[in-house]
Amino acid sequence: MKVLLALIGRDLRLVWRQRGEPLIGVAFFLLAALLFPFGVGPDTDLLRQIAPGIVWVAALFAVVLSLERPFHADHEDGTLEQLALTALPLPLLVLAKALVHWLTSGLLLVLAAPLIAVIYDLPGELLPVLLLALLLGTPILSLLGIVVAATTLGARRGSILIPLLALPLFVPVLILGVLAVEAAASGLPARPHLLLLAAGLLLALPLALLAGPAALRQALDEG
Amino acid sequence: MTGFAARDLAALRGERLLFRGLDFALPAGAALALVGPNGSGKTTLLRLLAGLSRPLAGEVLWDGVDIAGAAEAHRARLRYVGHLPGLKAALTATESLAFEARLLGAGAAAVTAAMTQFALAPLAALPLRVLSAGQRRRVALARLALAPAALWLLDEPVTSLDAASEARLWALCGAHLAAGGRLVVATHGAVPLPGLQRLDLADFAPGQAAAVEALS
Repeated sequence: MKVLLALIGRDLRLVWRQRGEPLIGVAFFLLAALLFPFGVGPDTDLLRQIAPGIVWVAALFAVVLSLERPFHADHEDGTLEQLALTALPLPLLVLAKALVHWLTSGLLLVLAAPLIAVIYDLPGELLPVLLLALLLGTPILSLLGIVVAATTLGARRGSILIPLLALPLFVPVLILGVLAVEAAASGLPARPHLLLLAAGLLLALPLALLAGPAALRQALDEG
Repeated sequence: MTGFAARDLAALRGERLLFRGLDFALPAGAALALVGPNGSGKTTLLRLLAGLSRPLAGEVLWDGVDIAGAAEAHRARLRYVGHLPGLKAALTATESLAFEARLLGAGAAAVTAAMTQFALAPLAALPLRVLSAGQRRRVALARLALAPAALWLLDEPVTSLDAASEARLWALCGAHLAAGGRLVVATHGAVPLPGLQRLDLADFAPGQAAAVEALS
């Protein structure tokens, strides 16, 4: 446990030293979302209707952009092999990386999302549903995403593979996240969709803790 | 069978067989120098001995137990300093060593002692990004002094070190061996340590025929 906290502390400190990186992710998120009105025109009703989808798609891209952070740098400078040789079991390493990744990408997107909601004039009563869906959905993206990142460690130009492999896996989260807000918009309960997202999170956790370490072991084996 | 030993090891790198039929036994307090031309498998062998990768054939034994089946215990008894420093460029020497000390359960006193060991005090507050390659290597080597370990695996440890640091490293290794530790070092240079065994990887290189056989 102490080892886990030490690792989380180190990674947060590193992100803080290079705090431009997570901020670029947030800036990308906002910029991507704000481009849509230029593409689809200033029809307020239409924009209000597609706002949840835009928030989610922009969030997916922003998360994918940041997936190189958890493992690739550690792999290149040899800290990954040093970490693999410590008393910290690999599943806990994956858990720590996923947590730090979410804190420095998904959580920031949840905090930035209200800005987009205001700009698109999303009805106020839908905002809590959107934020709750993001709060449940973005940790799934972090967990699945860092497993994908770990599998691309050995590959040449692996960072280009990340979006190709990760985005298809993110589709169920996107669908459920948007459905939750749309259900609320048409007066139906959003609860079932949110519960499905929560179930997805509970499913992604053991999956990441099984698949992530296997991918890391493979990357270390190849040197 | 006690101690640290390898039995009939073989390793592939990419699709090339690097060595086969490699055996050695290393008693407590002994050092083993891995020598051989570039690409003969010194780094690969060290990674096998660390348990980072798995051999194609054969086994690495500690007190007669294959390390593949006792990975956690093996990790706890070894320190590995590889080609890559394994340090974060954005952290200072103190922060890096304090982090590793926490992972090892060592205290702040151990960090200070390790820094002194490699004369790192003047560099303590600088981010590693601004240090030279040799200075960074000194920080990487200082992790050896954080806490005692039964087995040290060093990959070309003297690369880019100045003469004074090199002397400090060998003095530290000497103390490690005197305390009953074991050391495996891959190097092209001289290793001024008592009771040094040498293992020339060229002796275990496969002939062309054997390489083809392993692939088919």
